[in-house]
Amino acid sequence: MPRTLKALLPAFLVSLLLAGVSTAVAQDAALIAKGEYLARAGDCIACHTAREGKIFAGGLPMKTPFGTLFTSNITPDPQTGIGMWTSDQFYQMMHNGRFPDGGLVYPAMPFASYTKVTREDSDAIYAYLRSIPPVKQINRPHDLKFPFSNRSLILGWRTLFFKEGVYKPDPTKSAEWNRGAYLVEGLGHCGMCHTAINALGGSSESQAFEGGLIPMQNWYAPSLTSNKEAGLGDWTIEEISDYLRKGVSARGAVYGPMAEVVYNSLQYLNDEDTRAMAIYLKSLAQGTSPEKAAPRLPSAENSLLLSLGKQIYDRECASCHGAEGLGMPPHYPPLAGNQSIQMVSAVNAIRMVLNGGYPPGTAGNPMPYGMPPFAHRMSDDEVAAVVTYIRTSWGNRGAAVSARQANELRAATLN
Amino acid sequence: MAARVLACASCHGAEGEGTSDVYFPRLAGKPAGYLYNQLVAFRDGRRKYPPMNYLLDFLPDPYLKQMAEHFASLRPPFPAPAIPSVSNDILARGESIAVNGDPQRGIPPCASCHGASFGGMEPAIPGLLGLRASYISAQLGGWRYGTRTAAAPDCMQIVAGLLTEDDVKAVAAFLSSRPAPNDPSFAKRGSLPMPLACGSQPN
Repeated sequence: MPRTLKALLPAFLVSLLLAGVSTAVAQDAALIAKGEYLARAGDCIACHTAREGKIFAGGLPMKTPFGTLFTSNITPDPQTGIGMWTSDQFYQMMHNGRFPDGGLVYPAMPFASYTKVTREDSDAIYAYLRSIPPVKQINRPHDLKFPFSNRSLILGWRTLFFKEGVYKPDPTKSAEWNRGAYLVEGLGHCGMCHTAINALGGSSESQAFEGGLIPMQNWYAPSLTSNKEAGLGDWTIEEISDYLRKGVSARGAVYGPMAEVVYNSLQYLNDEDTRAMAIYLKSLAQGTSPEKAAPRLPSAENSLLLSLGKQIYDRECASCHGAEGLGMPPHYPPLAGNQSIQMVSAVNAIRMVLNGGYPPGTAGNPMPYGMPPFAHRMSDDEVAAVVTYIRTSWGNRGAAVSARQANELRAATLN
Repeated sequence: MAARVLACASCHGAEGEGTSDVYFPRLAGKPAGYLYNQLVAFRDGRRKYPPMNYLLDFLPDPYLKQMAEHFASLRPPFPAPAIPSVSNDILARGESIAVNGDPQRGIPPCASCHGASFGGMEPAIPGLLGLRASYISAQLGGWRYGTRTAAAPDCMQIVAGLLTEDDVKAVAAFLSSRPAPNDPSFAKRGSLPMPLACGSQPN
């Protein structure tokens, strides 16, 4: 018996060791999977992967009012990527917007939002990024105009607009609400677009989520705090969740830059997180109801515009969106009562008519229906007429649009 | 499917037959592999035309494949052949390149890959009929100048690089003047011996 035991002992020890190793491997795998999920929530891929480029190898040009930035390689290549970084250094970048050598990061990297991410979540993303294939690709230098090429200017920006700090849960709110707030304000970095950007390229905290025109892209990111814009106060949780995850809902479809966010990021979030975000977003706009339509006596010019607009609408739009603008949701969005059509800024409505667009193809809506572009078929006057008609009919309370506004948006960057 | 691709119709026609704009091509009846390659190239930015790049930006591969198959399966009537605006000499020069190529300059005939009746070959070589001269010369120009590229080896870049501007004009005039084919189907895969290797049509 002792003999047998002796003979078995090494095998026993090896199996013990293997069990230890496989537990560690399983823990690693779980951590990496968590990190991958969180990297999706942070939409890292949208900026850190170039067209036809290798995943996370950077090199995507990002046009800003200050010049063109080229995104960086975040694969674990030791020379050209972040392979030499420690998890502390990675957290310092996420949390404080500083490179390992202390250098300042341009705020196109949304560290002002990522600062809210916990150390634990940062470590998971770090583990995931270390697990992807390394790519040797040297970062392309930024092409910024003077004086913005001077990185020390970022110090000024940081003083004005950057507040370091992990998200602090609000004890008066539910766990779901806090999870939603953590995702929206942190990894989701929704405020980067949905808060007005001022001339210095900063978002003002007092106007958080109040909307604004996205520089260079010429799409208007509506306010999430006001039901007069894209406030979701009177949407159901299911409608908001569908919108975020499928890209279409009974209330409207995703388009413009938001299509990218749903395609690369939001469609991958699980039921619980989607619901948490929906609960938080809905709460942002509680208590502000849409204004009633202001009765308006049309001037002679407006009534001409409206009768031309109705003709065009009945001919080109009504077959999908219905004579009364009710649409056939979710594939043909309703126009009557649709907030994004009635906002003070008419930019999005005009651009949808000019450029058309597809909502993103998602797991929940893999074959979206597309809106045709009309830029090549309608004159500026016709675009102005039909957009004015849509913005002012069926109880919609938008203002009239001029041919000049339509004309200016013909030159908007498409992609 | 037709309802899902209405966004394509305003430029390419409801059945992909083309519209009055001479730069918007006919899609109907081109092999699905060709159409799919173009959809992917526009989505990923290899082919550059902002309205197309924008529309396709966030559409996944399987859907693009279905769009391609949809337009490949349609057979709307062909437009009336263009009345050539060039001299008979130029037209004859175009026909000669398209049918015989120019062996001295190493130019293969269009027909060697696109078929004797220019209907294309499965899976990824397009038919050349039903297109306007302006579209054909714009595309050949794009290949020549490197603004249009395809998977390596990029056979069309090689071929177009051998053509002069006059050759392009002649070929475009000839092809656009051809009447509708009697049989609008494309050649079976591998049925034509291709003179060049082609990254889009691996053998």
